[in-house]
Amino acid sequence: MTAKQPFENIVETHGATVLRVCRAVLGSADADDAWSETFLSAMKVYPQLPAGANVEAWLVTIAHRKAIDVTRAAKRRAIPTDTIPEKPAQQRDGPDPDLADALAQLPNKQKQAVAYHYLADLAYADVAVILGGTPDAARRAAADGIAALRRTYPHATSRRADQR
Amino acid sequence: MNVKTDLATELARAYDSTPAHLQVLSARLAAEAETAGLLDVAYRTVESPVGSLLLAATEVGLIRVAYATEDHDRVLQTLADTVSSRILLAPARLDDAARELDEYFAGNRQAFNLPLDWRLSAGFRRIVLHQLPSIAYGQTASYSAVARLAGSPKAVRAVGTACATNPLPVIVPCHRVVKADGSLGGYLGGVEAKRALLILEAAA
Repeated sequence: MTAKQPFENIVETHGATVLRVCRAVLGSADADDAWSETFLSAMKVYPQLPAGANVEAWLVTIAHRKAIDVTRAAKRRAIPTDTIPEKPAQQRDGPDPDLADALAQLPNKQKQAVAYHYLADLAYADVAVILGGTPDAARRAAADGIAALRRTYPHATSRRADQR
Repeated sequence: MNVKTDLATELARAYDSTPAHLQVLSARLAAEAETAGLLDVAYRTVESPVGSLLLAATEVGLIRVAYATEDHDRVLQTLADTVSSRILLAPARLDDAARELDEYFAGNRQAFNLPLDWRLSAGFRRIVLHQLPSIAYGQTASYSAVARLAGSPKAVRAVGTACATNPLPVIVPCHRVVKADGSLGGYLGGVEAKRALLILEAAA
């Protein structure tokens, strides 16, 4: 039997990346809740996780589902209103709220593909399993998302996106 | 692996969090895991006159005390292998143990009153360890005396093994077991730690 690390090591190793993914997909306000629920769910089934499994892909898959739950719950809470509320000032401890805003504007699938491939470093095959569809479709969604970000965020275009 | 673009690097930076924020989240996870009954093993470390001690507890009670010389990471990995991998840094469950150890090292406590999880020792070793609290604070007993207490007068060597593999040193006082000629004998935390504990108990 292959040794399984204490779960604390999993949180330490992947905590920051999972939080980045949650922030990218959900925005900062709901990210903390999604992070907590992701690791709590992961801990529940951790003893049954097959040895040699891709832990990061496993965590991002759980985070993806939790983000959907959080989004649905937020929609149920939302009350229709005639007046458009003032957008609250965004609180982020990252240095680049502009880029985060630009990502937030992307269609969901592009946003998720960019987050899972570029922030969590998952291969497109893994991203495709999470999003449904083919690896090619996942690659296209990420490429479209990156292209859109480059349009709204032009000073980061010094190098071309890789073609993997 | 893919070559990261500048934009990807900037994206990662845009969502960076501070270590302090992650600590808050981890603490919240530990509390929620405890409430949900998922925290099979909670641990923390405490500083003491005999170095950093790792304390680990299951829902039953304290299961492991480990000296730094035992390598805390290795001890946690062994706990993951033998008890459960659902292990988190979660100091709350060990508050009582930490407080009683503080009192002990300050010379203000002679006996521990903590629920213990004995599952890491079995058979004759466990029988031996159960005898040790009957050696009074500040006193010592020889390995052969403990063998007699455990009901196997000839098992002197096995008593030594039981002490050397005590999962709960300090709490279960294997440091009070010494050689018949009065010399200290071995100790899993190092003979200096054994001497320090005996001097502490003699002075209090």
